[in-house]
Amino acid sequence: MLQQSSLTMKNVAIAGEEIESQKSRGSNADRIFRIVTASFAGAVLVILLIMVYEMVMQSVPSITKFHWDFLTKSSWDAVQGEFGALPFLYGSVVSSALAILVATPLSVGTALFITEIAPKSVGNITASLIELLAAIPSVIYGLWGVLVMAPWLQKTVQPWLVDHFGSTPFFSGAPYGVSMMAGVLILAIMIVPIITSISREVLLAVPQSQREAAIALGATKWEMIRMAVLPYGRSGVFGGVILGLGRAIGETMAVTMVIGNTPQISLSLLAPAYTMPSVIANEFAEATSNLHSSALMEVGLLLLIVTLIINVFARLLIWKVTKGAKGGGV
Amino acid sequence: MNGKVTLENMSVHFGNNHAVKNVSMDFAAHSVTAIIGPSGCGKSTLLRSLNRMHDLVPSAKVSGTILVDGKNLYDRSIDPVAIRRKIGMVFQKPNPFPAMSIYDNVVAGYKLNSRMNRAVADEIVETCLKRVALWDEVKDRLKSSAMDLSGGQQQRLCIARTIAVQPEVILMDEPCSALDPIATLKIEELIEELKERFTIIIVTHNMQQAARVSDSTAFMYMGELVENGATKKIFTTPEKKQTEDYITGRFG
Repeated sequence: MLQQSSLTMKNVAIAGEEIESQKSRGSNADRIFRIVTASFAGAVLVILLIMVYEMVMQSVPSITKFHWDFLTKSSWDAVQGEFGALPFLYGSVVSSALAILVATPLSVGTALFITEIAPKSVGNITASLIELLAAIPSVIYGLWGVLVMAPWLQKTVQPWLVDHFGSTPFFSGAPYGVSMMAGVLILAIMIVPIITSISREVLLAVPQSQREAAIALGATKWEMIRMAVLPYGRSGVFGGVILGLGRAIGETMAVTMVIGNTPQISLSLLAPAYTMPSVIANEFAEATSNLHSSALMEVGLLLLIVTLIINVFARLLIWKVTKGAKGGGV
Repeated sequence: MNGKVTLENMSVHFGNNHAVKNVSMDFAAHSVTAIIGPSGCGKSTLLRSLNRMHDLVPSAKVSGTILVDGKNLYDRSIDPVAIRRKIGMVFQKPNPFPAMSIYDNVVAGYKLNSRMNRAVADEIVETCLKRVALWDEVKDRLKSSAMDLSGGQQQRLCIARTIAVQPEVILMDEPCSALDPIATLKIEELIEELKERFTIIIVTHNMQQAARVSDSTAFMYMGELVENGATKKIFTTPEKKQTEDYITGRFG
């Protein structure tokens, strides 16, 4: 009996040693793993810092020359060496904001159709078709926009708008086709897939018990959506909208092709406009003077800052919206 | 057959699955009827056909006749939305609307039916919350989120929300299964009081609960109604062997 127990003790001791040695081997591996992953994560941060640093340094000639005039002046003249970026800032912010206004109801409506109204098979097919839209390269949207949509706007939509609403500042002037309106529409089409698919996932995550609660109170389908589905998913849907806005503000190719590329600020949606990414893409190759390329760099910096502000603002809004409601989010 | 709700040869199919088989029975007005039986016996399915919740499930098909006040529930002329206002439902897990305050949860159904009138709404909130014995606990924080309440309080809030629509029948689908014993006791006392105004049909797999709260009991097994009658009789002198086996805990 005694022998047996000492034997057991010995076994336990051996087992203990094994665990000990395994532990040291394991913690070694963990340490290496930690260092490797940390350096990967650090590399991303370093790249970001280098980029920001370089952008700031290269912008210095432009910043020291124009100061705040860069943000408030509207003349952009490479020959005279005058650079004011306000039209690009205006073009980017307005085109993206309007695109969100157009795309959000469309996307949320589509997501509601897929999750709440359509039979499962139809919903699934619609969802995958819409996700396919997101895979189309933006240059193709641009090509379609400039060859098909812009002429259609010029010949059909815009003349009608001029006839009926031409007296308002928003639809005054000659119909060119390529315009702020074309930019807004192409952006809206491009961000519908992302907002739709995020909204769809958020709505699918609304528990069935929430729908049943509304239905059992005698809600119609629409009332159920308004009462149980949308409030539960609102923060998630909002997150999708912000992602769409992020995409819209950085979108370059398609917008460049249809927005007209004229550095001016006009309330009219029919007038051509210009965006920050577009001017960078259009002019970087021909920027011969130091000041010109520095000004373009500063536009890039501005774009970065605007994107950051939108993201911070969005996070604040999401936080505010979700604070009261403990519903689902992304 | 002169109950508030009457089933005649009622069946429910989900595709090929015959979930409720040719059930005929009466649910008396202003009384509590418990439906008991082992999991998967079709008791919840039967309950959910009484306010046409199966309309949401495309594969579900209800056949036979369900009469409410003598009118066929599944008749073409019947509006399922109107029916659900008359036949309310309380679910297994408390499901208050998380984005709404306690106040708004109570009047959620009322707002659907009529234009919101502040004074009336205030009164509805107070009466309904008092009736579910929640008023004293929440009267100072009606504007806070319903999610701040405990599980038992949430379930009582859901019952308040249901009675605020002034239904005639309340269906309860295992309303205490997610609650602790004290919260369960409160709900059971509440059921006792509610039956003066409402016809209550409660599904439970807790036999003691059925014995405590109900006036009559129906025992279901494998989709069939095995036996139904006064609760006292079912629990003391059941006619069928299966009922006796289940009640004495020999299976299920």
